[in-house]
Amino acid sequence: MTMLTGLTIAQARDGLDKGDFSAEELAGAHIEAVERVRHLNAFITETPELALDAARASDARRAAGGALGAMDGIPIAIKDLFCTEGVLTTAGSHILDGFVPPYESTVTANLKAGGAVMLGKTNLDEFAMGSSNMTSYYGPVINPWKAADGKHRVPGGSSGGSAAAVAARAALGAIGTDTGGSIRQPGAFTGTVGMKPTYGRCSRWGVVAFASSLDQPGPMTRTVRDAAIMLQAMAGFDAKDSTSAPRDLPDFEGALASGVKGMRIGIPNEYRMDGTPKEVENLWRKGIQWFKDMGAETVDVSLPHTKYALPTYYIVAPAEASSNLARYDGVRYGLRVPGDSLDDQYELTRAEGFGDEVRRRVMIGTYVLSAGYYDAYYLKAQKVRTLIAQDFRNAFEDVDVLLTPTTPSAAFVIGEKMDDPIAMYLNDIFTVPASMAGLPAISVPAGLSRDGLPLGLHLIAPAFDEITLFRAAAALEEAADFTARPGETGE
Amino acid sequence: MSLDTETVRAIARLARIRVPGDAQDELANELSNILGWVEQLAEVDTDGVAPMTSVADMTWPRRDDTVTDGDCRAKVLANAPERHDGFYTVPKVVE
Repeated sequence: MTMLTGLTIAQARDGLDKGDFSAEELAGAHIEAVERVRHLNAFITETPELALDAARASDARRAAGGALGAMDGIPIAIKDLFCTEGVLTTAGSHILDGFVPPYESTVTANLKAGGAVMLGKTNLDEFAMGSSNMTSYYGPVINPWKAADGKHRVPGGSSGGSAAAVAARAALGAIGTDTGGSIRQPGAFTGTVGMKPTYGRCSRWGVVAFASSLDQPGPMTRTVRDAAIMLQAMAGFDAKDSTSAPRDLPDFEGALASGVKGMRIGIPNEYRMDGTPKEVENLWRKGIQWFKDMGAETVDVSLPHTKYALPTYYIVAPAEASSNLARYDGVRYGLRVPGDSLDDQYELTRAEGFGDEVRRRVMIGTYVLSAGYYDAYYLKAQKVRTLIAQDFRNAFEDVDVLLTPTTPSAAFVIGEKMDDPIAMYLNDIFTVPASMAGLPAISVPAGLSRDGLPLGLHLIAPAFDEITLFRAAAALEEAADFTARPGETGE
Repeated sequence: MSLDTETVRAIARLARIRVPGDAQDELANELSNILGWVEQLAEVDTDGVAPMTSVADMTWPRRDDTVTDGDCRAKVLANAPERHDGFYTVPKVVE
């Protein structure tokens, strides 16, 4: 029998259905794997007892002929940004010390209602602000992929723990959240599939808020099919999130076999940027050729405002963050540093509770929203955001999906770029534009760098057209035939 | 835009984050660099462009104005760093 931790979700589902192994055995194998890769620091909280209880309940359901669906009995990891009832939820921040939510996020509730088994809560950049997992109060995560120089790489961020857990075979899948690339960039850095649905597809209720107009939960898996299976169980309208889309869910997995013959693949000119390494450009060129070979047509398109997406993001996201993070006051939950007055207590609590990057963004956000600067920064950024979204709408009049690289490089060495915030921000240069327009996008592992580290290709589809996105991604996955494995796994 | 330390102190105050005196210069530098970089947006012609206020192309939903949750004081207070008699506590604000 194949090692249980080496299965895909689809294979595990079929094995459970056939009775080849039990959910308890599957959970047990993953609990051991989680322990074996503990040095990667992918998990903040492990929940092995809860996992075994949930797995036994799944086995009982299946024995009684009442399995709940594709995710029933599947062990997964949850980014520690999702509130989980009765289980510590930290957002990677000191300021949420000891916070045990009295309620469950809608996305995790949906997954649990489908029988999914939670292995634990994964590490992340503090409040999901980062591209390296270096800003976590709980320390950096080590990428399970090793380069010849022996130096530890970052797994990307902010969903770095989730990506590392999936890559290291310590979970069959994981959930992350993506604000500017926080699912897709770590997907690319760890050789896994990272999918950001259309804004509104998955409920944000119970997800610790960073930038509310951008945040979107999504699946992180080892195959495109698994991403489709997981999204099916996560997504759907939720009355508790006023930006949740009141739309029916299509059958995502059913879209995979349709192929890309005749599909029009847009190649955005503006993503050919100075300074992009040759190996990234070459992989992109290969991707274009793969699609041609599969009968798709590739078309050059223009997204003229691409270069402004990142600076726009770094006004809009910090502005929303400064507002969302105003709730951390040392009164209702988390850390409290006593002061002589209420203001004193606020200031001392927030000074100690927030790390450098969070402080930086809250202060930028406060500044761009302050009287006298609002129009010049925030209002201007909102207008440019309209133009960015319009660029995509124009392009999608001519093409079905866009193909770009996911990241401008492979995973970098832990500690790099920490003294230069803008260099760090540039990691998300290819992922942020789709976020600004609320579009669904996916990173598919497609090749290796010359150092032997994974690289991803990135597809972007029109709003609520995840079906086309999955079709193209499945074809890309098949063409790329990415079979390399990380040096370090829990097997 | 280059921020001086006085502006940094004012922002820190608005954001209710205490920034020690010896950290203000460096923070002024960092924030100035980021603001200098985002200011490239000034070159984009946005005359007559409506600001995006919602990325989701939808009308805001309404719901019945009924109580759907509540009556769970103990649960809500359970995470408070300090509580007293069913209330959150704060330093004295009224003399």
